[in-house]
Amino acid sequence: MRGATELWLLLLACGAATYLWRGFGVLLSGRINPQSALFEWVSCVAYALVAGLIARIIVMPSGLLAQTALTDRLLACAVAFIAYRLARRNMFVGLVCGVAFFIGAGYVRKTFV
Amino acid sequence: MALHRRAFGIGAREALGVPAAVLGAGFLGYGSLAADAGYSIWMTLAATFAIWALPGQLVLMEMHAGGAAVAATVLAVSLSAARFFPMTLTLMPLMREGRRGRSLWQFLLAAQLVSMTTWAVAMRRFNEADLEDLEARWHYFLGFSAVCIGSAALFAIIGQLLLVTLPPLLRYGLALLTPLYFFVTLVGEAQSRSAFTALVCGAATALALYSVAPGWSLLGAGFIGGTAAFLLQGNHARRD
Repeated sequence: MRGATELWLLLLACGAATYLWRGFGVLLSGRINPQSALFEWVSCVAYALVAGLIARIIVMPSGLLAQTALTDRLLACAVAFIAYRLARRNMFVGLVCGVAFFIGAGYVRKTFV
Repeated sequence: MALHRRAFGIGAREALGVPAAVLGAGFLGYGSLAADAGYSIWMTLAATFAIWALPGQLVLMEMHAGGAAVAATVLAVSLSAARFFPMTLTLMPLMREGRRGRSLWQFLLAAQLVSMTTWAVAMRRFNEADLEDLEARWHYFLGFSAVCIGSAALFAIIGQLLLVTLPPLLRYGLALLTPLYFFVTLVGEAQSRSAFTALVCGAATALALYSVAPGWSLLGAGFIGGTAAFLLQGNHARRD
């Protein structure tokens, strides 16, 4: 029970911390240059942080994905990206091909290996 | 009045195609990951409405599951959402004229609706002739956002329920959906050398730090990868 309350509070704090950027954007609009150096740096940090998150989920996942093979996860990423590019940047084609490959690879592994 | 209802309808209808479906795919995966992490449906919905940014929601889920410090988690979630600042900064003036018209608090509330998808579409559509009127833009934005958030919430619930009912192999596929979505988006967007640097440095730092200080690895990835990318970009700008 304590764990759940903690998560709820954390969730609200994260919501507020996310809103700060949105709120300040409204308050400062017209008065500040969005292309300032400080801001460019913060955008780079955000981008690298999300890249780190996705790398970690794919390479060292916790939970359900931890039961799958690293090779399959990496290959599924490659398949999804190649399919996305071949289909002229169609996200659906990419996702469907990546997920289908991943499920297929898992099936082959379970049945034949 | 009828004109405004029409603008709301146009926004809602335009969201109902590709935007709602792509968001839906991301949130379908999110719902399944949330179920796996032990979230209740209420928690999944609350995170979606309160944060309304899939990267931040994932950062929260990952760091909480890994037992990271509260301050580190809040800081990392907040930093992952930094892109909202230039978004609202550039979007809101297009719906607002000086001090006339709608009051500030309405814009402060509408800011919560801004997301990558709603921002990108609004910035493009507000240039077109049928949305020259500021009030029409406002209602269009509300209609478009309502469908996007509704679709995200609906698919998150579906993902959460599906994870419990699907056989294991399909469950794995569902859980990989959101990471795949971001992988394709990030790699697809990394056109410049600086973005590519941020991507590679961020990924390498997160993986290297994970075994040493898991709770700080994402912040480390952001600061190290982001600073490297920024320095590269800075050189580039000076040259021009």
